[in-house]
Amino acid sequence: MAFKMSVQKAKGKVEEVQLGSGDNAITIGGEATLPFYDFDGETGSKAKLGMEILDIYPEEWVKPLKETYKDVAEDPAKWAKYVEDEFNPDFICLRLEGADPNGLDKSPEECAKVCKSVAEAINKPLVIAGTNNHEKDKEVFEKVAEAVDGYNCLFLSATEENYKGVGAAASMAYSHKVGAESSVDINLAKQLNVLLGQLGVDYGDIVMNVGNAAAGYGFEYLVSTIDRIRLALFNQNDKTLTMPIITPVSFETWTVKESMAPEEEVAEWGNREDRGISMEVSTAASILSVGSDAVVLRHPKSLETLKELVDALE
Amino acid sequence: MALKGLDIFKLTPKKNCKDCGFPTCLAFSMKVAQGAVEIGKCPHMSDESLAKLEEATAPLMKTIKIGKGDNEYELGGETVLFRHEKTFVNRNRFAVRFTDEMKDEEINEKIENIKSVQYERIGEDMKIEIACVEYVSNKDDYLDIIKKIKNELDVVFMLVCEDTDVLKEALELVKDENPIVYGANEENYEEMVNLVKDDKLPLGLKAKGLEELYSLVEKVQGLGYKELILGAQGESIKETFKNVVQIRRTALKEEDRKFGYPSVIFADELSKDNKFMEVALSSLFTVRYGSIVVLDDIDYAKGLPLFALRQNVYTDPQRPMTVEPDIYPINGADENSPVLVTVDFALTYFIVSGEIERSKVPCWMAIPDAGGYSVLTSWAAGKFGGSSIGNFIKESGIEEKTNSRKLVIPGKVAVLKGDIEDSLPDWEVVVGPDEAMHLPKFLKDLQEEAYA
Repeated sequence: MAFKMSVQKAKGKVEEVQLGSGDNAITIGGEATLPFYDFDGETGSKAKLGMEILDIYPEEWVKPLKETYKDVAEDPAKWAKYVEDEFNPDFICLRLEGADPNGLDKSPEECAKVCKSVAEAINKPLVIAGTNNHEKDKEVFEKVAEAVDGYNCLFLSATEENYKGVGAAASMAYSHKVGAESSVDINLAKQLNVLLGQLGVDYGDIVMNVGNAAAGYGFEYLVSTIDRIRLALFNQNDKTLTMPIITPVSFETWTVKESMAPEEEVAEWGNREDRGISMEVSTAASILSVGSDAVVLRHPKSLETLKELVDALE
Repeated sequence: MALKGLDIFKLTPKKNCKDCGFPTCLAFSMKVAQGAVEIGKCPHMSDESLAKLEEATAPLMKTIKIGKGDNEYELGGETVLFRHEKTFVNRNRFAVRFTDEMKDEEINEKIENIKSVQYERIGEDMKIEIACVEYVSNKDDYLDIIKKIKNELDVVFMLVCEDTDVLKEALELVKDENPIVYGANEENYEEMVNLVKDDKLPLGLKAKGLEELYSLVEKVQGLGYKELILGAQGESIKETFKNVVQIRRTALKEEDRKFGYPSVIFADELSKDNKFMEVALSSLFTVRYGSIVVLDDIDYAKGLPLFALRQNVYTDPQRPMTVEPDIYPINGADENSPVLVTVDFALTYFIVSGEIERSKVPCWMAIPDAGGYSVLTSWAAGKFGGSSIGNFIKESGIEEKTNSRKLVIPGKVAVLKGDIEDSLPDWEVVVGPDEAMHLPKFLKDLQEEAYA
């Protein structure tokens, strides 16, 4: 008997979602297989790798990164342009940390100005991430969506608490894309998609963010949630779970002890920057191989490594 | 794997003699298929039929034991392709590679690194389990390295060697430790099987491509040898990935036991001296079906995410990970620090302790035995209530460790405040935030209040 390849045909396919505009637009999703399973069928567009910047000076970031960005970090537009020119990610993710009510509590108007300046400075698509304060995010996104009209940005994220405001502003009043954030559960992910749909958001304008965790920190729940979401689509053609998935990996991996602990506290652990990159690379490689279509990264070395990995598996 | 009643029926004598206690052979077969009765209850089964049945009811993926004593591990034995379908049973193991071409200095360094990257995480040992020792050209050096590692490390040996004469001598040194012998190929497999069969050592097969590997397995199985590990290495990352997935899927989905064995991947070879690429690949093969992943070397930057990732992926979905009930000091907690109580579910502990660390406010974390569930689930199950928290605080000795009598409880169980105060009259119970992410601000406010 000879070996025969095991091939599995899918009944459903991940929606293709476009971000950005013109020549620099990118497509997320489109696959009808598990990641990199090209023996099964169409693997869709290549996984997209974005890079994180902030609207404020990155006080908490590791020293070498602060050094890299020392001439540009005070101005998000310059910073974004620098990242685009130097590291060439697929997209830029601007995180509005300065809007956090527990921090600088910047006004929606200020945020809108910053986002506009960043969108104008770069050619690549822009992903805009909020503060995780649902009420504030809604207010901020309403203003920002207007300011970056025409740039086809992705907003992270609409949640069960604020989906009406975020969905209406980002994708109905202006034509942007909406991130649908649920917490590591297939049914919650599904429910939010349905709610956004009922509100009037086109399924083709949604990118799911079904949860986020660093390797070692409940990462198995994320693995199983994404496994189940993708199998529901590929095996049962569940029309409410066709959206591509984005995971802002860097938001979690740089806050865990492995990446945070200073060298003087854990001498045997060695170089802190290396630990941070390694956590980021491991988590991102894992989540891409489970089913995420796009990840946000912080360190240029992580971007370089993941790019190489994705190219090799293409 | 699940044999149908009718398949079993075909193997019975079909005489309906009732010797088994059932009215008909078919009824008996149905019961056997359900696992309700042993096939041996039928006294008329031919040996041939029994052998066939044994074959058919054997697990789709064989469990292979490697190593001995404290260093014995099981590989394979998986029954599902996705962990939520049931659970993954035998976690992948990490190896570090040595060769006879390495200088003493390099060998010593790797040995030291393996020794130093060993720690416990949520009750499990995190370490390199396997020394992959590859023969390149110098037999004496090769044997010396094996001796050295045997003296200095507690690991399973994986002898990578296709030369049976060298292997024979190497095995003299470590065959009692149940090492893996990796290197049986199209040319040498008969000699290799002869070398390992008396000690039943796990034998690693190596071939170019899946077709050749498949036919090599057939040949080795034809010799009656089934303690196998499959070399999944391809020419490229892409090919290796395809091989690993196809091997696992052929076994579990196509139910073809030829590929029902653990696999080995040499991540070091594929990552070309890029340590972060090695981390990326090792993560990929931890999530997708690698059984042994060979690394160039180990350090904490590599080990911390890889061991943690593996621990997560191989957690039984029906049995959540828990932390040991205890009092944990965070940020250098002292005699003035407040106490925060939460459940022993590992994920809750990690998220809460992470946020406390982020706040930089010294605190004690009190973790009673709450059954390993989340806060609300434990509370609903009656395992995280006023009296159990109260008793834990009294018995844990925390009252001697801090003079503070502030006890912060999770916002989601604010309803417990009264009960706990009844049980702990000396304590002030403070309701914390609903979500851990709001802890840093909450704790800073609490700290300022204390100083005010």
